[in-house]
Amino acid sequence: MTQETQAQGRSAAQDVAKDDSMLKQKAMMARHFDRLTSATERGEKVCSTFVPGNLNELIMCFDLCNNLPEVNAIQSGLRKKSGGYVMEAEKMGHSEDVCTYVKSDIGMMAKGNIAPNGKPFPKPDVLMLSYTGCFTFMKWFELLREQFGCETIMLHTPYEGDGKITDNMRSYMVKQLKEEVIPKLERVSGVKFDIDRLRENLKRSAQAEDDLVKVLQSGKNRRSPIDAYFGGIYYIGPIFGAFRGTDDAIDYYATLRKEVEARLAAGRGPVTPEGDMGEEKYRLVVEGPPNYTSFRHFWKMFYDEGAVVVASSYTKVGGVYDFGFRHDPQNPLETLADYCLGVYTNRSLPQRVDMLTDYVNEYQADGLLINSIKSCNSFSAGQLLMMREVEKRTGKPAAFVESDLVDPRYFSAANIKNRMESYFQMIDQKRPGRGFEGEAA
Amino acid sequence: MTQAEAIIERCQALYEDLNFTAAREWKAAEPGRKVVGYMPIYVPREILHAGGILPLGVVGGGDQLEVIHGDAYYQSYICRIPRSTIELGVSGRLDFVDGMLFPSICDVIRNLSGMWKLMFPDVYSRYFDVPQNYVDDIGGNYYVNELQELRDGLEEHCGIEITDEALRRSIAVYNENRRLVREVYEFRAGQPWKAPASDVYLLIRAGLVLPVEEHSQLMQDWLAAAEKDERPMRDNCRVVVTGVFCEQPPLNLIKSIELSGCYVVDDDLLLVTRWLKDDVPVEGDPMTNLAHAFLHQSESTAAKYEPDLAEKGQHLVRSVRKNGAEGVIFASPSFCDPALLDRPMLQHTLAAENIPYIAFKYAENSGQMQPIREQAGTFADSIKLWSEA
Repeated sequence: MTQETQAQGRSAAQDVAKDDSMLKQKAMMARHFDRLTSATERGEKVCSTFVPGNLNELIMCFDLCNNLPEVNAIQSGLRKKSGGYVMEAEKMGHSEDVCTYVKSDIGMMAKGNIAPNGKPFPKPDVLMLSYTGCFTFMKWFELLREQFGCETIMLHTPYEGDGKITDNMRSYMVKQLKEEVIPKLERVSGVKFDIDRLRENLKRSAQAEDDLVKVLQSGKNRRSPIDAYFGGIYYIGPIFGAFRGTDDAIDYYATLRKEVEARLAAGRGPVTPEGDMGEEKYRLVVEGPPNYTSFRHFWKMFYDEGAVVVASSYTKVGGVYDFGFRHDPQNPLETLADYCLGVYTNRSLPQRVDMLTDYVNEYQADGLLINSIKSCNSFSAGQLLMMREVEKRTGKPAAFVESDLVDPRYFSAANIKNRMESYFQMIDQKRPGRGFEGEAA
Repeated sequence: MTQAEAIIERCQALYEDLNFTAAREWKAAEPGRKVVGYMPIYVPREILHAGGILPLGVVGGGDQLEVIHGDAYYQSYICRIPRSTIELGVSGRLDFVDGMLFPSICDVIRNLSGMWKLMFPDVYSRYFDVPQNYVDDIGGNYYVNELQELRDGLEEHCGIEITDEALRRSIAVYNENRRLVREVYEFRAGQPWKAPASDVYLLIRAGLVLPVEEHSQLMQDWLAAAEKDERPMRDNCRVVVTGVFCEQPPLNLIKSIELSGCYVVDDDLLLVTRWLKDDVPVEGDPMTNLAHAFLHQSESTAAKYEPDLAEKGQHLVRSVRKNGAEGVIFASPSFCDPALLDRPMLQHTLAAENIPYIAFKYAENSGQMQPIREQAGTFADSIKLWSEA
């Protein structure tokens, strides 16, 4: 990109009007944090839980306010506060080797536990330990339980080691929901469980999920109207967070879908922080979470080069909907079980390879990029083999960069940029009629 | 050389043999024999044994294996055991193994199960999940069905039948083996100068590659012989070593702890050999008995959820009290999520009980022992000089 076009981009960014969906999400998040930080004074009880295996529809049945420590860590990362929090936790004795989400959360608590709206988070009344797809979750909530001493509910989701959900897995989860989770939530909240209320929430979830899938699958178009990784993180925010099963989520996803369809009809590319993206030169599938401490910097490395992410695995970490799963109000507990069992990081490595291969093929991608995260063994262990498998199966080049979720010490911009540039050159070389493939032909 | 030393010499040869010759020879001795590998922490070896299968403990490559291929599969921030296990696989050292079990311990071993499926598609590979809910008709039912799936898978893949009667016999055989392992640990706690930690480690580790009956005999012989050996009693302090349940510390590290002035009176090495703390009933339904033993009689470790806040870390306190230990050494593999995430909570529990502790990290191929010797030595000195006792 020339200096002139960069300047035009900046100018456009200053002028760009936020889409309705962006404004709507911003207002939703602000309301959520206000609700959360005022929960104690309003007599509302708080349930902390995780994004993968988030049972928001069920939690809402008990009038509990959903707090997601992962989202709080992301907020700390985006606001450049997580680095200090992580180091605070390390000073307290937490290893430099372990998940920085956990350390950001613990460090944040040590520093006053301040929410993005500047007010302190309330103490949780219950820790809903939805143990899905990530070993660290179990230890994280044991650590929080030690701190808060509150009721902790374990919901164990078996891993799809053989790449399928068995009846044994499903019935185990349903039994836990019936005999452990629901009675304990009733006791903590003082609210009796109403299965029809759950069905209504699930119905709303499914409606929003339909629109989310349409949005994410719009990446199949050439040119893509969305960026399914950086932009995708905004798109998944409400449904992976405290809004799945609400009217807010339905409104948000309906609005978003209309906007994306309008962009598609107009032949416009994705929105970036600097306005509409320019020419689509590279179409990528990305595996792994992003880095949040240098989120925009990382994103810029893509759109400056005309690279758009057409599909990503991270946008499936809080639920995989694009292969047909929808929350089913007719089978409310079974559907919650299937949802937890099916989230991306609860899937076996062969399943993940299959998904990524399908994405590269179906989304007409130029290749696969893996952002490997130091903090997250659930994602990262095995990614080098996954990369080679997807390369082998698709014939498309793959690349590997490394960073961290919210620890700024592990974001090396120069190294990542260098690798990205080399990767784009490799794609160019491998394109039919150009470079090595062209010569061979 | 005393008889005890001769036994340990044999165990050391087994430990150093990265080609698993003993298991290969066992398999070759009769046509149709099968060998199934398993990783830490626990698999119900009784089910394999009941099918005539040799369970083979695979706990990484140690410090003698040069990892060439394995490093190409893992980023620098992932522990060492999966990369050396991959190395064992791709270098052909496990080419005689008919199946591999990957227990539920952490995300790295979990994902390794999928890697094995991709890399060795002809080998029976199973992620062995265990319940984190310990109620009989919830986690228990789930686990009984998981055990049955394992049984079915082994029967199908190995072309064998695993009967209930054979399972009961195998449970009795392993009950005996676990009793002997506990006896070895009790012997060491009682007379640690007669049972160096490295000797006990090698003796127990032999049970990962030998048929269980042979290993039980070996322990019996060693116990009888070690009792007779006269060794000088040193002015060492008594410690519990914890965190070493998956990636193994190098033998030199275990020796270094002792050389620095600490008698190891308990540890969580090779937990599979004593995972179940009491005998499993041999009467009744064997699968239910194995499941209930897991739910109610298994060791506490970082890979298991502890439902009771007040119970967190108490297994360490009990071990310290029972074995007369004066402190705890947290030895954790670098990048080990279970050990390192659990450590602060366990340390808080020990601090509340005024039990001193130190912590360090290692890798299975750590070569530099001087810092560990200095740290453990200082710990031992501080206990001897300043402890209330």
